[in-house]
Amino acid sequence: MDTASLIFYLLATLLVIASLMVVFLRNIVHCAMALVSALLLIAVFFVVLQAPMIGVLQVMVYAGAIMVLFLFVIMFLNPAALERQRGLWWGFGTVLALLLAGVLVPLVATNDLPADPVAASELFGSPEMLAKSLFNDYVLPFELASVLLLVAIIGAVILAKREN
Amino acid sequence: MIALQHYLILSAVVFSIGVIGVLIRRNLIVILMSIELMLNAVNLTFIAFSRYLGSADGQVVVFFVMAVAAAEAVIGLAIIISVYRHRQSLDPQEMQLLKW
Amino acid sequence: MVETTHLVSTEVLRWLPFFPLLGSVINLFFGRALGKRTAGILASAAVGASFGLAFYLFWQLPASGIFRDLVYTWIRSGSFQVNISFQVDALTAVMLLVVTGIGFLIHLYSLGYMAHDDDMVRFFIYLNLFIFFMLLLVMGDNLLLLFVGWEGVGLCSYLLIGFWYRDHNNTIAGNKAFIVNRIGDLGFIIGLFVLVTELGRQGVWTLDFIELHKHVQMLQPGTVTLITFLLFIGATGKSAQIPLFVWLPDAMAGPTPVSALIHAATMVTAGVYMTARLHFLFVMAPATLALIAVVGAATAFFAATIALTQNDIKKVLAYSTVSQLGYMFLAVGMGAFSSAIFHVFTHAFFKACLFLGSGSVIHALGGEQDMRKMGGLKAHMPITYWTYVVATLAIAGVPFTAGFFSKDLILWQTFSHGATLLWAVGLVTAGLTAFYMFRQLFMVFHGECRADAHAKAHLHESPAIMTWPLVILAIGSIFTGWLGAPEYLWGSRWDHWLEPIFGTQASHGALSTELVVTFITLAVVAVGIYLAYNTYGRSTAQVGQKRGGLLYDLSFNKYYIDEVYDFLFVRPFTAMAQFFASIVDPWVIDGAVNGVAATARGFSTIWRGLQSGNVQHYAAMFLLGALALLAYYLGQSL
Repeated sequence: MDTASLIFYLLATLLVIASLMVVFLRNIVHCAMALVSALLLIAVFFVVLQAPMIGVLQVMVYAGAIMVLFLFVIMFLNPAALERQRGLWWGFGTVLALLLAGVLVPLVATNDLPADPVAASELFGSPEMLAKSLFNDYVLPFELASVLLLVAIIGAVILAKREN
Repeated sequence: MIALQHYLILSAVVFSIGVIGVLIRRNLIVILMSIELMLNAVNLTFIAFSRYLGSADGQVVVFFVMAVAAAEAVIGLAIIISVYRHRQSLDPQEMQLLKW
Repeated sequence: MVETTHLVSTEVLRWLPFFPLLGSVINLFFGRALGKRTAGILASAAVGASFGLAFYLFWQLPASGIFRDLVYTWIRSGSFQVNISFQVDALTAVMLLVVTGIGFLIHLYSLGYMAHDDDMVRFFIYLNLFIFFMLLLVMGDNLLLLFVGWEGVGLCSYLLIGFWYRDHNNTIAGNKAFIVNRIGDLGFIIGLFVLVTELGRQGVWTLDFIELHKHVQMLQPGTVTLITFLLFIGATGKSAQIPLFVWLPDAMAGPTPVSALIHAATMVTAGVYMTARLHFLFVMAPATLALIAVVGAATAFFAATIALTQNDIKKVLAYSTVSQLGYMFLAVGMGAFSSAIFHVFTHAFFKACLFLGSGSVIHALGGEQDMRKMGGLKAHMPITYWTYVVATLAIAGVPFTAGFFSKDLILWQTFSHGATLLWAVGLVTAGLTAFYMFRQLFMVFHGECRADAHAKAHLHESPAIMTWPLVILAIGSIFTGWLGAPEYLWGSRWDHWLEPIFGTQASHGALSTELVVTFITLAVVAVGIYLAYNTYGRSTAQVGQKRGGLLYDLSFNKYYIDEVYDFLFVRPFTAMAQFFASIVDPWVIDGAVNGVAATARGFSTIWRGLQSGNVQHYAAMFLLGALALLAYYLGQSL
C-alpha cells in the first residue's frame, strides 16, 4: 500500500472514532472537543483533495467560529453535565442508523465512478479559482448568502435577548 | 489507490453516525452538533466529487453549505437558549406539548 | 283489421281532459271562496262541457277514422318516443260518451246528495280529477299514457273511498283498494316493460297503439303470452277479478256517487278497455284468452253466490258489479271484444242507475244501509222505485232491456265458440243475478216498512236534481241495448260501429241455435225471478230471518277470502316488515353506516399514536421513509 492510501485509512479511522465520540460521550464538553477534532480531520481531507481554500475556511469558520459559539453557549447555559439514558430508544436509533449506512454504502459503492482523479491544473482549489466561480457563475447565491447571514444575525439577537 | 468510492463510503459512515446522534441523544446541543457532523460529511462528499470530476462547482457548493451551516448553528443555539430559559431543561423528550 | 286509417289531426281533443282538470284546480284554490253550491256547479259544468265535446266528436268521427292531437313530447330517448297525445277512434268515442255522459249525470246527482256535507268542495275536486285521469286513460294514444291514467284513477279512487276520513274504517278501505290495485299494477308494469324491450330487440321502440298494431307480429308467441298474462294481472286488479277483487266490496265505504261512477261505470271497466285496446296483442295469445275466459266466468259465478246473502244494499251491488265484470272478461276471453265493450256500455247505465237509486234510498232513510231495515219504500219514493225496477229488469236480462241484449250476446258468443262449460256457468250466474237483484228489489221497496222510527220520519223522495239523472239512466238502461240487437231482430249497429277496430265479428252457429240458447237463458232468469218473489216478494215473506247452513255461512262471509288473504299474505308481509324495521334497519343498515364511522375512528385512533410530540420520534419516521426510498433505489441499481 502506498503512502497516500495509508494516510487515507489512518485519517479515516480517526475521523470515524471522533464521530463516535461526538455521538456517544456523555459529557457535553467532551463531545464538543471530539467534534472539533473531527472538523480538523475533515479539513485535512479537504487539503488532500486539493481544496486548500475550502480547507482553510473549514478551520477558520467551522472549527474556529462555530465551535467557539457552541462552547460559549455550553458555558453560558451550564446544563447538567450528564443526561439520562434510555436503552430501548438508543438501541432502536442505532439500528436505524445502521440500516441507513447499510443502504447508503452499497449505493455509493458502484463501479460507475471514476477511479482516478482528473488531472487538474495548479489553480484547482485555489482562491483564484473559487473567486472566479463565485463572482461569475454564482454571484446571485453569493449575494443571497449574505442576506441569509444578516437575517441569521438579527434573528439570533432577537431570540436570545433577555426578556425585560 | 484511493478511488472515489472510498471517500463516499467514509462520508456515508460519518453521516450515519451523525444520524444516530440526532435520534438518540437527549441534549439539544449535542443534537445540533450531530447535525453539524452530518453537514460535514456531505461537504466531504462534495469535495471528493469535485476533485475526481475536475469541476469547481463542488467547492463552491461547500462554500455555501458552510455559510448556511453557520447561520443555522447560530439560530439553533439562540433557540436553545430561549428554550432553556423557559423550561430549564435541554431534554427534547420533555417538550411534548404537541402530543395528540 | 284497420284498413285505411283516416287520421285527422285536431287541437280540440286536448280540451276534453282539460276542462275537468281546470275545474279541479279552480276548486282546489278557490273552492272555499266560491262556496259549496258554486263549486259544485262549476265542476258539473266542466264535465258537461267535456260531454258536449265528446258528443260533437262522436258525430264528426268518420268511419275508420281517428282524430289525433299531439300535445307534448314527453319522452324522447334515441328512437323511443312517448308523447302526451290523444286519439279518438270508434272505441274511444263510445268510452268517452260513457265517461263524460254518465260522469256528468253523477255530478248533477252529487249536487243533491252531498249538499249537506261540509267537505262538498273537496268531493268535487276529487271527482273532477278522476274524470281527468279517466279521460287520459281512454284517450291516450300510447300504452304509457294509458297507464298514467290507470294510476291516476287508482289514486282518485283511494281519495274518494276514504273521503270521510274521520272514520278510520274508511281510510282502511281506501288503503286496501290502493294496495291491491298496486299489486295488479306491478303485473301491468312488468308486462309493459317486456313489451317495450322485446319489440325493441327487433328494432322497434314504441308504445303507440297504432305502431304496436303494425309491429306486434314480430314477437314470439311465448313472449306475447307472457306480456298479455302480465297485463291481465293488471286488469284483475283494476277490474276486480279473481284474485284481486277484494277491494271492491270494501270500496263501498265511499259516498254512493263515487260507487256509481268509479266502481261501476268507469274505472273498473278500464281493464276491459285495456284488453280491447290491445286486442291485436291478445288475439295472438290464445292461452291467455282461455285464462281470461275461465277467470271471468269463475268470478261471475263466485261473486254472484256471495251477493245472494248480503244484507247491505251497496254490498249486493258491489258483488253484482264484480260478477258483471266477469261477464265482460268472459266475452274478451272468447275474442268477442265488441260484445265485451257493449256490455261495458249497457252495464254503465243500469249499474249507475242502481247505485244512484240506492243512494237515493240511503239518503231518504237518513243513512240506513241494511236492507233488513228497509221495505215498503215504493209508496214513498215512486220515481226511485220505478227507475230501480227498470234497472233491475235490465241487469236480470229481461227481454228488450239493455242487459238482455248485451248479456245474452255474451252467453251466445260463449256457447257458439264451443266453451260449453263456461256457458253453463254463465247461465247459472244469470239465474243467480236475477234472484239476488229481485231479492233486493223486494226487500227494499215492497212489503211493510221495517225501518226504525227516526228513519221513517225522515222518509222522502229525493229532490229533482237527484231524480232526473235516475230517469235518464233508466231510459238508457232500456234503449242503449237496442244498439246491439242480434241478427234475428234488427241487427247490431254496435258491431258495425266498432268494425274498423275489431273487424267483422263473424257469427258462429245457426240462427236457430241462437234462439234456443236465448230461450234457455230466459227460462233460467224466469226461475230466478220466481224464486225471489216466492221468498221475498209475497206479503207473507219473512225477511231478516237468520238461516243457517254451511253454504249460507260461506256466502255471507264471502268465503272468508279476506281472512285467507290476511293469513296468507298480509301477516307474513307485516311480519317481514316488522323484521326489517326492528332488526335490519337499526342493526344492518345503521350498523353498516355507523360501522364505517367506527372503523374510521378506530383507524384514526391507531394512527394518531404517531403524534407523540417527541421530535426525535418524528425524525426517526423521516429516516424510515428515506430508508424505504433508498432501499428502492438500491434495489433498482443492483
